[in-house]
Amino acid sequence: MARAVSPQKKWTFTILAWIVALILFFPILWTILTAFKTEGDAILFPPAFLPPHWTLENFFEVQARSDYFRHFFNSVVISVGSTLIGLLVAVPAAWSMAFAPTRRTKDILMWMLSTKMMPAVGVLVPIYLIFKNLGLLDSLAGLTGILMLINLPIMVWMLYTYFREIPVDILEASRMDGAVLWKEIVYVLLPMAIPGIASTLLLNIILAWNEAFWTLNLSAANAAPLTAFIASYSSPEGLFWAKLSAASTLAIAPILVIGWFSQKQLVRGMTFGAVK
Amino acid sequence: MAATVNTRRLARAMLTPAVVILFIWMIVPLVLTLWYSFQNYSLLNPENVGFAGWSNYRYFLTDPAFFQAFANTLILTLSVLAITVVGGILLGLLLDQFIYGQGIVRILVISPFFIMPTVAALVWKNMLMNPNYGIFAWIATSLGFQPVAWLETYPLFSIILIVAWQWLPFATLILLTALQSLDEEQKEAAGMDGAGFASLFVYITLPHLARAITVVILIETIFLLSVFAEILVTTGGGPGYATTNIAYLIYHLALLDYDVGGASAGGVVAVILANIVAIFLVRLVGKNLEA
Repeated sequence: MARAVSPQKKWTFTILAWIVALILFFPILWTILTAFKTEGDAILFPPAFLPPHWTLENFFEVQARSDYFRHFFNSVVISVGSTLIGLLVAVPAAWSMAFAPTRRTKDILMWMLSTKMMPAVGVLVPIYLIFKNLGLLDSLAGLTGILMLINLPIMVWMLYTYFREIPVDILEASRMDGAVLWKEIVYVLLPMAIPGIASTLLLNIILAWNEAFWTLNLSAANAAPLTAFIASYSSPEGLFWAKLSAASTLAIAPILVIGWFSQKQLVRGMTFGAVK
Repeated sequence: MAATVNTRRLARAMLTPAVVILFIWMIVPLVLTLWYSFQNYSLLNPENVGFAGWSNYRYFLTDPAFFQAFANTLILTLSVLAITVVGGILLGLLLDQFIYGQGIVRILVISPFFIMPTVAALVWKNMLMNPNYGIFAWIATSLGFQPVAWLETYPLFSIILIVAWQWLPFATLILLTALQSLDEEQKEAAGMDGAGFASLFVYITLPHLARAITVVILIETIFLLSVFAEILVTTGGGPGYATTNIAYLIYHLALLDYDVGGASAGGVVAVILANIVAIFLVRLVGKNLEA
């Protein structure tokens, strides 16, 4: 900024911004702090801000009681799996639309986006029955497939907007030099496309990790990822705040960190480059 | 790029899997939903099967629960949109100023967006809104008020609060990004011409944000129309139908009442409603994005 800002103004805005930020972050901070409290301390009233007795017990208890790591593992498998399979389908599609557009390319893109507008509940019944008949209920394969499908339109769109920014001149230059197509893709295109693919991968993992409609409705004990596992704490017998907090902290930590590092790509990705 | 015949054929081949998969994903369940919606099909009563005519639709559409669910869906979506867009603009303007520790502030503000819905809902329900041990109860008692049982007394409002908390960061992030691309010189020039903060905001900042606001409304609407996990783990749609939205109502019919026909009719209605919304959105977006 070119303007000189008075120190008074700087401090006013700083204090205001920090207050708002801390209020918004508070539920997360509170969860993390509660994870280190004993169950007794967790329900003290008035609340104890910092744990009076720091403990790691909750983290071990969560694992001992319910095989937490299986659910963590399920989350990893379905979010990473759906992302990688999605990329296999989306990269070629986006590549072809970005570099060999036809008159129908725009229509196809809009149509793909429109499949996102279809409410999941609208097709819950048939998907549930299909899964039941195919034995896919409560299976990692089924969940991976569903998550891949619901995020595929966003992946194609994101990749398309990234690919479009790769200058065609470079491709043409390499073609003049006699590079065949696959070489063009491997040696020229991919290196320039990697950042876009990486961003798409990150955003997709975030979306898949947190997806909660299909995972809640199509999984039970075996394939339940963390979203569904955490929901089991909503039953009255599951009410242990410190353990809930420990399970939650472990569930949100990886995505929180990925999210922090990919804020910029997130803006581009979720707005398809419309907001810069 | 002068695409050769070969390249074009290859391009089509590479596009085909995505198109085919998405087409099947769209059309098969939709046709099945339509089919079931005209059938008597209850998993509780396997004998009573056969063509149902419009009865599933009649039951669904005349069910008082449907009206309430419809109203709740609208109230929830519009309230969260209003809170997050207005809040996002204000927060965006604030974060666009010089702030010590800007990076950390930004990270703190956007964090709620990355929290999985079931975690967000349970944390709010148990540790913030709980009338006996929650933080809100503590604040209320400290100020000399009676603690409020938020999810029982103001159920829909509580859900709105939880969902708005998750989406405010998204709106803020998008709007802040847009604000930062606003030409500083343009603002200064207007300032020198004597424009005050208000007119600067109305005539320069707000029009500049139009596109970003449109995108925020588009993306949030897609997700807000089908809020589910937050309702499932906090109120289970209750008390009564106070927090049942259309998504939750259909889930309830299908997986708790085992009424496949009725739930399918509901599903078709949901798809039609979503399409009506989509037409409005596409127009809005089309107008704003093509410029």
